[in-house]
Parts: sequence; structure tokens; C-alpha cells
Amino acid sequence: MWRWLHQWGSPKFFYHRSGALIPVLALASGLILGAGVFWGLLISPADYQQGESVRIMYVHVPAAILAQSSYAMMAVMALISLIWRLKIADAAVQTVAPIGACITLLALATGSLWGKPMWGTYWVWDARLTSTLILFFLFAGVLALRNAAGQSQTAGRAASVLAVIGLLNLPIIKYSVDWWFTLHQPASFTLTERPAMPFSMWGPLLMMVVGFYAWFFLAWLIRLRHELVKREVRSDWVQQMMKQ
Amino acid sequence: MSFESITAFVAMGGYATYVFASYGLTALTLGGLLWAESRRHRAWLHRQGSVRRFEEA
Repeated sequence: MWRWLHQWGSPKFFYHRSGALIPVLALASGLILGAGVFWGLLISPADYQQGESVRIMYVHVPAAILAQSSYAMMAVMALISLIWRLKIADAAVQTVAPIGACITLLALATGSLWGKPMWGTYWVWDARLTSTLILFFLFAGVLALRNAAGQSQTAGRAASVLAVIGLLNLPIIKYSVDWWFTLHQPASFTLTERPAMPFSMWGPLLMMVVGFYAWFFLAWLIRLRHELVKREVRSDWVQQMMKQ
Repeated sequence: MSFESITAFVAMGGYATYVFASYGLTALTLGGLLWAESRRHRAWLHRQGSVRRFEEA
């Protein structure tokens, strides 16, 4: 088990083994997202309260879920990089931050487009919205710190520390709708309970969530592999690969 | 099918702007990021190739 994990910590091993995943993830995310959009946009019913605007849910909720879980993954990688000084974990932190930032912005933007017709405003300083905005700033902060001082190890450690501290924000986002009952509705979709909505609605929602995850791992993998060959450009394995 | 006609689908029950803008933004973000990533990688490989030719010359 440790040997196995250790191998994956090697940039060379990781680069060569992970290449086969790219077409699989590309095909999976394309098919799942395509089917999910078709299901959510055309087949699933309108909501009795929100009408057709409920279809925004099928892109907004997956984006918001992914924004938070990609932050959690970044923090775990940061912790690994702080404790074991694993270079690949540091590269993982650096490469996931911009993707997470984009997805958080997407969650905020689609939420805003849903808020306008439903709440009458694009933005309110509601607890859920504000803590999600902070999530975006955390991603941006980690990215800025990591790229500061020209890729140095100190910058990597500082960025990792910030990423771990920022974990505090995740429970705040999660419980914000219960602690401060403001405009944003509480979760209607949890892992442990039967969803309150009918299958014709949670079906496409779940499909979109899975599709978003497949897309996320694809984007992360492409970026991480690029970062690894860039960092190791002077090493033998990269030089050899480039000659071919 | 939830819609009776293409016109009804396009109208989106009066929410067309918000619904289609959300899906458009999503497509732009997801597609755009992948496009930018692969372009960056190709551009870098291209640069490396020129550097090597320069060093070998």
C-alpha cells in the first residue's frame, strides 16, 4: 500500500500512468454532461413555484458543490505537501487553485442569474453568498501566494498554510443557510436523506454533478501534467520524452 | 418532453434570458478552461522545441 502510494508521488510515474485517463475522462464528461443538459433542459418538469427558472439549478448546484469539494481537495493536498514535502502535492495545490476559482465564480454567476428572477436581485449580502465569495478570494489568495516570489518553496509553503486555514470557511458555507436563515434556501439535496424533489429532478441534477466532477478531474489532470513536465524539464525523463 | 413546441422551449416560460445565460456561461467556463489548458501545453511544447534547436545549433 505505501509502496503503491509512494510510486504515485513520483512525477515521472504519475505522468506516464495518468495519461491513459485523459481520453476516458474526456469521453465520460462529454457524454454525461451532454445527457444531463438534455435531461435537465428538455425532459425534466418545470417547478410549480419557480417555473422554468428551476432549470438553472442543474448547472448552479453542481458548480457550487464542486467549488466546495475542490477546495477541500486542495486543502488535503496542501496538508500532504506541508507534512511530507511531496513535490507533486505542491503542484496539485498550484494547479487546482485556478480551476477552483473559475468554478466558484461560475457558481456565483449562475446563482446571481437565478436570484434575479426569484429574489428580485442579482446579489444580496446573504450568509451563503458572502461565504462563497470568500471561498473565491481564498482560491485567488492561494494562487497569488503560490505564484509569488517566483515559484519558490517558501511561496509554496505559505500558499499551503493559507489553503489549510481556509478550510474553516467550508463549514461556514455549509451551515450558513441554517445558522443565518436569510434568502438562500437550505439544502434540498443531501447524501443521507431521500431527496424531497421527484426523481425527474434529482436524476438530472445527480447526473450533472457526476459530469462536473469528471470534467474537473480532466481539467486538473491536464494542468497538473503540464506543470509537472514544466518543473522537471531539466530531468532525463522529460528530455527523453521530448526527443521522441 | 417538457415543452410542447420549440417556441415554448425558446421562451422558457419567460425566464429565457436567465436560463440560457446560465447554461451559456457554464459551457463557456468548462469548454474555455479545457481549451486554454491544452493550448498552453502545446504552446509550451512548441517553445521547448525552439529552445532545443537554438541550444543544439
